[in-house]
Amino acid sequence: MNVASLTISQIRDGLRAKSFSASELAAEALRLAAAENPKTNAYLLLSDERALSAAARVDQQLAAGQDPGPLAGVPVAVKDVIVTKGLRTTCASRLLENFIPPYDATAVQRLEQAGAVILGKTNCDEFAMGSSNENSAFGPVRNPVAPDRVPGGSSGGSAAVVAQGTAVASLGSDTGGSIRQPASFCGVVGVTPTYGRVSRYGLVAFASSLDHIGPFARNVHDAALMLNVIAGRDPMDSTSALAPVPDYRAALQQDVRGMKIGIPREYFEGLRNETADQIRKGLDLLRAQGCEIVDVSLPHTSYAIAAYYIICTAEASSNLARFDGVRYTFRAPEAKTMLDMYNLTRGQGFGAECKRRIMLGTYVLSAGYYDAYYLKAQRVRSLIARDFQQAFSQVDALITPVSPFPAFKLSEKLADPMEMYLSDIYTITGSLAGIPCMSVPCGATSEGLPVGMQILTRHFDEPGMFRLASSFERAGGSTL
Amino acid sequence: MKITEQEVRYVAALAHLRLDDQEVSRMAHDLDEILTHVDKLNELDTSGVEPMAQVLFEADPTSTLRQDAPGDCLPNQTALANAPLSGSGQFKVPRVIER
Repeated sequence: MNVASLTISQIRDGLRAKSFSASELAAEALRLAAAENPKTNAYLLLSDERALSAAARVDQQLAAGQDPGPLAGVPVAVKDVIVTKGLRTTCASRLLENFIPPYDATAVQRLEQAGAVILGKTNCDEFAMGSSNENSAFGPVRNPVAPDRVPGGSSGGSAAVVAQGTAVASLGSDTGGSIRQPASFCGVVGVTPTYGRVSRYGLVAFASSLDHIGPFARNVHDAALMLNVIAGRDPMDSTSALAPVPDYRAALQQDVRGMKIGIPREYFEGLRNETADQIRKGLDLLRAQGCEIVDVSLPHTSYAIAAYYIICTAEASSNLARFDGVRYTFRAPEAKTMLDMYNLTRGQGFGAECKRRIMLGTYVLSAGYYDAYYLKAQRVRSLIARDFQQAFSQVDALITPVSPFPAFKLSEKLADPMEMYLSDIYTITGSLAGIPCMSVPCGATSEGLPVGMQILTRHFDEPGMFRLASSFERAGGSTL
Repeated sequence: MKITEQEVRYVAALAHLRLDDQEVSRMAHDLDEILTHVDKLNELDTSGVEPMAQVLFEADPTSTLRQDAPGDCLPNQTALANAPLSGSGQFKVPRVIER
């Protein structure tokens, strides 16, 4: 067995044919992850004991002739902002360096119920704030495709382990592009489902109206299977959607003849580089598959970053208020008074990017500024959501680049936070609207850096999104 | 300048975030740049546009309400397990009222 290239279907077949046991697979996956991790720093923790006992359970079920679940024996990794009972969860922050959660996130519970084997926790930007994984308190992640470059962020570790072959699939979280952008930088599939499609219970909150959990995988089929397992209503998250979850695999075999795809002209204006060339080649491929491709307009696109950074920082400043030195492991040791405890714990515990966002969020919510910033941004968010509604009255899906450029070099963009924020332009709009979006590999630049194509569809039309992605993949889109 | 160092110190106090002098000056510079970009929103007339506080899709507005019944919660010692300081089943904090 070669863990580095196995897909979920191959694991299913291998277990059924007794080519390997789940325990052998888990042991080999753990060995490979430990051996390869120094190259990328993608794992913050390997959970050998938990993985081997989950794998043993799968083997027992197989031996007893029971169904071990749709993800039986599949080695997966979980971003370290998603809590795992008894397994340290740091959010890549000094503040939570020793935090051991007392419960499992719903998505984690569902993965294990489906037979998945959790190998460990992946590195990310601190509290999921960043676009390069350089904001981790435990060091940056290197891109397995090009080690002098970033893997993207904030779910950089979750993308890197799938690309590196040290996990078959993984969970990430996405607030403004944190699944899609690293998926595109590392050349894997990354899915941000409709807001509310996957329970957020156990996802450490960054910006609650924008936070999503979603999967990374080596191919579209595996991503669809992962979403099948984690999607659905959860009483522990009142914003989780009641809509029934279809079997996403049903969409994978349908052809795309007659599907109407919109190209938002605002996303291609001024974009003249190899990323744009690759996306155009991708569109030609879809046209050859029988898709009709038309121009559309999303007129408020250029306002998205401003609206997003007001809304997400306002929500973050409220959500991160809980880290006050009382409940969550770290308290500044020299604090003598209550106020010192708050100020020093937070001043010492949070990294620079978290502080910047807490400050901006506190500022825009402070007396006298609420209407001018927060309320204004929420009104603009409505306009952006309306742009998408109008576009989807004309087309079935939209296709755009995921990022204006491929993976950049480590520390290249660290000095200027605004420049880093601006690089999220293509992913933020879909996040604000809460629609399903994904990154699917669309070849590489002449330097061999992966390019990701973004597919966006209507609320809950994950089937339409997977249908397009799968057809694109079958036609050879990933090696364009 | 959209924001002064004095305002940065005021906001840091609201956020209960101790910043050193170097951080204050860097923060003033960074926030100024971001707030200047954010000004772009004023180009748009949003009168009559509803603020979008939550992603909305077709669903009965009361469909996510549940019975107001107590469920399981974490046992006391489990809830305290991550506390930096606890005792007698409580979270312990520095003295709040000085004598």
